[in-house]
Amino acid sequence: MENLYLAIPLAPLVGAILAGLFGHQIGRTASHWVTILGVGTAFALSLVAFNHIVFDGGEVFNQSVYTWMVSDGIRFEVGFLVDTLTVMMMCVVTGVSLMVHIYTIGYMHDDPGYQRFFSYIALFTFSMLMLVMSNNFMQLFFGWEAVGLVSYLLIGFWYKKETAIYANMKAFLVNRVGDFGFLLGIAAVLMYTGSLDYDTVFAAMPSLVGQTIEIIPGSPWDVITVICILLFIGAMGKSAQVPLHVWLPDSMEGPTPISALIHAATMVTAGIFMVARMSPMFELSETALSFILIIGATTALFMGLIGMVQNDIKKVVAYSTLSQLGYMTVALGASAYSAAIFHLMTHAFFKALLFLAAGAVIIAMHHEQDIRKMGGLKKYMPITYWVSLIGSLALIGFPGFAGFFSKDAIIEAVHHSEIVGASYAYFAVMAGVFITAFYSFRMFFLVFHGETRMDEETKSHCHECKPVVTVPLILLAIPSVIIGALAIGPMLFGDFFNGVIFVDPSRDVIAQVGEHYHGVWSFVLHGLSAPAVYLAFAGIFSAWFIYLKRPQLATLFYNRLRPLHSLLEKKYGFDEFNAAVFGGGSLKLGNLLWKFGDIKLIDGLLVNGSAKAVGWFSGKLRHIQTGFLYHYAFAMIIGLLLLLTWFVVR
Amino acid sequence: MSDYMTALPEIFLLSMACVVLTVDLFLKDSQRNITYLLSQVSLGLTLLLTLAYQPHGTQLAFNGTFISDLMSVVLKCFVYVVTMGVLLYSRRYLQDRGMFKGEYYVLGLFGVLGMMIMISAYSMLSLYLGLELMSLSMYAMVAFCRNSKRASEAAMKYFVLGALASGILLYGMSIIYGMTGSLNIIEISRSLAEQGSSVGVLLGLAFIVVGLAFKLGAVPFHMWIPDVYHGAPTAVTLYIASAPKIAAFAMTMRLLVEGLGSLQADWQTMLMVLAVLSLGLGNIVAIAQSSIKRMLAYSTISHVGFLLLGILAGTGEGYAASMFYALTYALMALGGFGMILFLSRKGFEAEELDDFKGLNERSPWFAFMMLIILFSMAGIPPTVGFYAKLSVLTAVVNVDLIWLATVAVIFSVIGAFYYLRAVKMMYFDAAEDQSELQPCLSFRFALSANGLTVLALGLFPAGLMALCAAALNG
Repeated sequence: MENLYLAIPLAPLVGAILAGLFGHQIGRTASHWVTILGVGTAFALSLVAFNHIVFDGGEVFNQSVYTWMVSDGIRFEVGFLVDTLTVMMMCVVTGVSLMVHIYTIGYMHDDPGYQRFFSYIALFTFSMLMLVMSNNFMQLFFGWEAVGLVSYLLIGFWYKKETAIYANMKAFLVNRVGDFGFLLGIAAVLMYTGSLDYDTVFAAMPSLVGQTIEIIPGSPWDVITVICILLFIGAMGKSAQVPLHVWLPDSMEGPTPISALIHAATMVTAGIFMVARMSPMFELSETALSFILIIGATTALFMGLIGMVQNDIKKVVAYSTLSQLGYMTVALGASAYSAAIFHLMTHAFFKALLFLAAGAVIIAMHHEQDIRKMGGLKKYMPITYWVSLIGSLALIGFPGFAGFFSKDAIIEAVHHSEIVGASYAYFAVMAGVFITAFYSFRMFFLVFHGETRMDEETKSHCHECKPVVTVPLILLAIPSVIIGALAIGPMLFGDFFNGVIFVDPSRDVIAQVGEHYHGVWSFVLHGLSAPAVYLAFAGIFSAWFIYLKRPQLATLFYNRLRPLHSLLEKKYGFDEFNAAVFGGGSLKLGNLLWKFGDIKLIDGLLVNGSAKAVGWFSGKLRHIQTGFLYHYAFAMIIGLLLLLTWFVVR
Repeated sequence: MSDYMTALPEIFLLSMACVVLTVDLFLKDSQRNITYLLSQVSLGLTLLLTLAYQPHGTQLAFNGTFISDLMSVVLKCFVYVVTMGVLLYSRRYLQDRGMFKGEYYVLGLFGVLGMMIMISAYSMLSLYLGLELMSLSMYAMVAFCRNSKRASEAAMKYFVLGALASGILLYGMSIIYGMTGSLNIIEISRSLAEQGSSVGVLLGLAFIVVGLAFKLGAVPFHMWIPDVYHGAPTAVTLYIASAPKIAAFAMTMRLLVEGLGSLQADWQTMLMVLAVLSLGLGNIVAIAQSSIKRMLAYSTISHVGFLLLGILAGTGEGYAASMFYALTYALMALGGFGMILFLSRKGFEAEELDDFKGLNERSPWFAFMMLIILFSMAGIPPTVGFYAKLSVLTAVVNVDLIWLATVAVIFSVIGAFYYLRAVKMMYFDAAEDQSELQPCLSFRFALSANGLTVLALGLFPAGLMALCAAALNG
């Protein structure tokens, strides 16, 4: 199996290299073929691996395949850990990636950077696979940074666009903050366990319970809590949790297929995956779990609220992604790791679907993204209409759709959780259900129903997209409906994650939920009797009433609630705060250091000053070389005499 | 092995030098290539002989006045190879200037013979004979272009100062002889280990160190270097600047380390003073030079400082590092001065730094070769100069002379400026001289091989380093 596992990440890498370095030689068509073949191969082999591990009960593969270096007893290795969690992630990553690749043929058809784009997304697939397949922290960090790099490159893909450059710089900087925490976390792991290997680290963790570290003298902190929170700060950056979420909405400046693949389905869930992978560690610190729970709940609720006032079709989906990432984080905090991963999977499908559908709308509207200028698209784009409906229903948790199972499981799990912050989180996720339904259907109604508000020019060109665009939509719509019902039994309440995810028995909320689980249908029926579903219905109804039935209400609310509205429109002022305090502060500091430290001290005194001094000295010293023989001889004699007096006479 | 077999390479080269001298008498000017080829063949055959008859372990001959060991074999082989390179590089230069005469080759061969004797001498007398044979050849070579005022002046200075230095060295030797009663290196070493240090011995030591410092060109006994390098025809400068450094290193090792080893504490401090002064003066004054020959002359002085650092560390590691430095420096100097010959042509001496401007436009490949050589002299990885400096500094740090290593590094940084300035001129300035480069294929080939060797040794230094370590500690 080792060769097969090795082939899975390498196939997309080969595609990326061919399309990236030789894109102009082999041409556009060949470029998309090599990358699609690479990713397709990876997907097919991932399915084989999935079958091998899950259905045939194959051995968990945990081996290093290459030793990079051994330094001071620490081994830096490339290694794979392939278990149920990994194969599931591999299938999701390669599957969604394959769909996005195909979709891109249509979406990027006229773009001059066609080959570059394919190279990047194939490179992304490679990096993400390295991240999820890793069996050690070093490779995890490699994948973590590599996906970050590709994300950065793709947000700024249209590098001549001012806003895109701003957005990718922002993503880069914010992720730096997260990654710094992550790196410190890894360093702390290395310091306390002496190893980077998952197995060794997890085995060593229980012995660290009760140890403290004094970062600030006089205040001892629990080592495990410090490590977990540092690692989670990394996850906050990558998975866009408050307050490090600010980069994700801006990342929508990138091409839409990227928003689907990287900023919705896969990369942003890396943080969720990482915490689930590290469950044996996080379970040892309830403080860290509470921290995670509160951050997640805040993200889930407040980011959803912003989604309600957005008018850019991609921004709405982006805020919905933030909110759903919050749900996953809440599940992690409540120790319901399997529910988080389950939601990650269903979300990957329906969110990719929603993004790609939004992309289809954008193509049809000739790159108009304002939903106030759309409306009534149902009759122009029937396929897109239906898949968007499926995606939205899955997102809001309509009974029977994929999102219903995963979201309901999270809500139930939080309900059972007893750690600090659980009641706040429960309130946040319940309120979030209404909000999700409201903004999803607000967008849905404004885009597809009601009167057409676009101009005649656009209207005359508006039509359904080509099959390369619609086929991936349909292929993604299928799992968005059924994957929840299929997977809930084994993944949440079966033994799918046995030996992979570790939960302290005192906090095993999923087991408590599982006591009432008697199959898919009873879960649906039980869901119908719970408040969450009605909140979702209420959300749909409000959206329908306000935006379709009585459009004047929207204006009324807008006028009445203007302060609240503007608060939401300003996204709580995070951007302004960051720009003023961190941006402005570092600019001022930088200016100061530049003017004083760099120009005066380093350039002026040290560099130019010493250069001038040496030059002057050199000019003086060269005159020793007079050219007169007797001077030379004299110098030799003097030298000899000095040596003699110094060493002999002494 | 009989005494004569041990000295077979020397005997062979002596005969060949006489043959070349005789044959050259009967050649017309147009046939001078025969002299050239004969000289090259002589050196090549001497190389083969040296390798074929290399001793197992240490072999003494002629009542212990002559030694053949791994160190002598390695150093001699480098001397041959470097000299062959010198002859190859200088041929066209000499032809263009009407200096393509037999004397250059005969003197060159006798100089090599002198170096070989210096390397293999194991008595102060044979050492001195070798030194004088080499020096006299070089004095004559500097003055070889009789019509040039500048060359004659340089030769005169070189000769007078060289005679002074030889006198000082000889005086030191005689004092040591008086104190120990022997000229033989082993005997001296044994006697000194018994009697220890005394004023008389120290007096002799100081004179010897001064003599050595002159031959190496350490400050303040360096004065001849810039003038001679600058004044001599470039072909002769190339000869003086490369192989003799290897011989001077050997002489230092034989005299100081093997003969006066028990006085290490004393000569360590002396060499320290010389090393620091050389590093400082060499690097700083090189900055103010506009002639590349003078610049490289000062650069030599600073490299001698590094060479001394390894020796004064006084450990096997340090000696090995120093030997590595001497060997690789000879290669770098060969390439650096070779480059000047490469750019020169009939009626034009590429002696000024400005002549290197825009070399990249004229010949990107040879600009790259010069880049490698300059980087190597500056000590920038991955060239061999970096590794050589690194190993010397490691040796110095390992004997707890951290301040000395720091000083050396600081002066190297200052020195990096003038190497990099030359690189900048080659790559970023516009060429003033657009004429085509004329050198023949063999020159191009040899110079490329020279540059690439400097690079390759930097990438894979372990083999040569192991050889140096084995030669000194084996």
